[in-house]
Amino acid sequence: MAERTIPSNLPVVPKELQRIPLVENQRGFAWISNKIAGVAEGKTPRWWWAAFVPSSLFATLLLCMMAYQISTGVGVWGNMRPVMWGWDIINFVWWIGIGHAGTLISAILFLLRQRWRTGVNRAAEAMTIFAVICAGIFPAMHVGRVWYDWWLFPIPNANGPIWPQFRSPLMWDVFAVSTYFTVSLLFWYMGLIPDLAVMRDRAKTKVRQFLYGLFALGWTGSNRQWSNYEKAYLLLAGLSTPLVLSVHSIVSLDFSVSQLPGWHTTLFPPYFVAGAIYSGFGMVLTLLVPLRKVCKLEEVITMRHIDVMCKVTLATGSIVGYAYCMEYFIAWYSGNPYERWTFWHRIFGTYWYGGMAMLGFNALVPQLFWFKGCRRNLVVVFIISILVNIGMWFERFVIVVGSLHQDFLPSSWGYYKPTWVDICTFLGTFGLFFTLFLLFLRFLPLIAISEVKGVTPQADPHHPLGGAKHEEPVPDEDAAI
Amino acid sequence: MNGPEKPYGVIAEFLTPAAVMHAAEKVRDAGFTRWDVFTPFPVHGMDKAMGLKNSKVGWFAFLGGVTGYACGMLMIWYMNSLDYPIIVGGKPMFSPFAAFPPSYELTILFGAFGSLGGMLFLNRLPRLHHPLLKNRRFASVTHDRFFIVIECSDPKYSETETARLLAEAGSDHLEMVEE
Repeated sequence: MAERTIPSNLPVVPKELQRIPLVENQRGFAWISNKIAGVAEGKTPRWWWAAFVPSSLFATLLLCMMAYQISTGVGVWGNMRPVMWGWDIINFVWWIGIGHAGTLISAILFLLRQRWRTGVNRAAEAMTIFAVICAGIFPAMHVGRVWYDWWLFPIPNANGPIWPQFRSPLMWDVFAVSTYFTVSLLFWYMGLIPDLAVMRDRAKTKVRQFLYGLFALGWTGSNRQWSNYEKAYLLLAGLSTPLVLSVHSIVSLDFSVSQLPGWHTTLFPPYFVAGAIYSGFGMVLTLLVPLRKVCKLEEVITMRHIDVMCKVTLATGSIVGYAYCMEYFIAWYSGNPYERWTFWHRIFGTYWYGGMAMLGFNALVPQLFWFKGCRRNLVVVFIISILVNIGMWFERFVIVVGSLHQDFLPSSWGYYKPTWVDICTFLGTFGLFFTLFLLFLRFLPLIAISEVKGVTPQADPHHPLGGAKHEEPVPDEDAAI
Repeated sequence: MNGPEKPYGVIAEFLTPAAVMHAAEKVRDAGFTRWDVFTPFPVHGMDKAMGLKNSKVGWFAFLGGVTGYACGMLMIWYMNSLDYPIIVGGKPMFSPFAAFPPSYELTILFGAFGSLGGMLFLNRLPRLHHPLLKNRRFASVTHDRFFIVIECSDPKYSETETARLLAEAGSDHLEMVEE
């Protein structure tokens, strides 16, 4: 379909009042659906295979490691007294933290009316779901006898029944993480329904028509449907906001409810949430910076989007940096020798490199985003986004292993190192994550088509591009209420 | 399928959101009830232009949330305090504080199911068949076109008058759709 011509009677907006457009070059509706849906149509590009083959091989590695661990026992991991939580819990917290950026973008920024979120929310939500899947593998595996995992849920069993013990934060975590996964999936799917209808109406083959049609549930785009849809979307955003703040708070309670120096602190919930969003934005940038290039989506995921996400990374990174300072201050101010010992040894002890990586990559490196030159340089942004996630992994390493390996009694001190199974399992989760993400790119629209259309000027019935007559007085939205 | 197709309604195509919104105001003022506006994205102000009331999805979410919280509290009280009490660290068998985090999560979980379920229920989805989805031209509603559809079952519907109203409202293309 031909592009609509741009009317010549556009009102002149003074330069200082002009906003950077969310979709560049005044692209029309048809261009938006062709461009975005086009990524999931046609011949599979070569870069996709080049990424998919290694990803799926690593995902297979994960399956092999899981099979080996289940058939042999949890001893194939490096977890050993006194460090009974090793890479498994580090990786769990790391992956679940990454998910938080997706929910922040889809829910909190929606409530804050940040219209730029439409360009990135779909991919970020997909990232959330896949990251939570990767996260969930670790606690499920670390119980050792995986076939008893269902005892975590309140399902009647033959032993009484013995019920889960709800006074433990670990039990709260089961509810938090499973709710998080389910609600993220519902939110993501609901956002997809109108776009699945787009894919259905564009589908060329019978199979695609049937499958997209099935999952689009018969969506017609009627305004009565949109009215209920928008209300439900708002409610889901409102529900996901307290959810995302609670999930990592509860994850942090797994640690802070215990009495261990380095864990026993009231700072943990907000500190963990900020860190989670920080690492999540790191991952969003790692994924989207190359993606907008290979999918040629620079006009939809614009430099402005990258710029704003860098600013969020800077803000959350600075909160994390503040939390580090606070932890050190409290450790000193408490006068507790065990606390002081733990925190001193985080940066000068056995695992000094972890503490240094954590401080450097999380508190210092994001400060580069104060400079516009860094936020505008995609190579710099990409490198920083990876350093962010390395830093956040080491933060969890420092918290988990750093606090456990030397506690109150020197007689029970130990040294922890991962085994090859730990390392291969972790690498395998990357394979799983990227396999799922690449499949998502290939079969579903990676940007919310209908939402992006909705934020263009031609979608506004009061804008000349939306067909409003020039002589008409523009109605005052506030006065109408 | 036997016999002649029953008519479903008349569809009118528009090119811009402003055009379809002004047309919707005219259809609303003419007093039609079984009609709808179809757009590729939600057009703001359209609910008012159509005279729609606030969506009722909120009630479903609220009921879901209340159910979730009550279920969580009752479940934990029953399991840890009534059916199989175990003493842990001298803590009370049931305390609303320890039971709060899981109940809070269940509030959100059931509230989310309420929102999505309520939306689908109010929209009568999923449905396997819709007369409009057979129409070739209507497929562009998910692409870049805007439609008003007035159903033949509307008490105010008349074959000539309705089409004229839509044409006068500025539609570029009118078409009948069969059931």
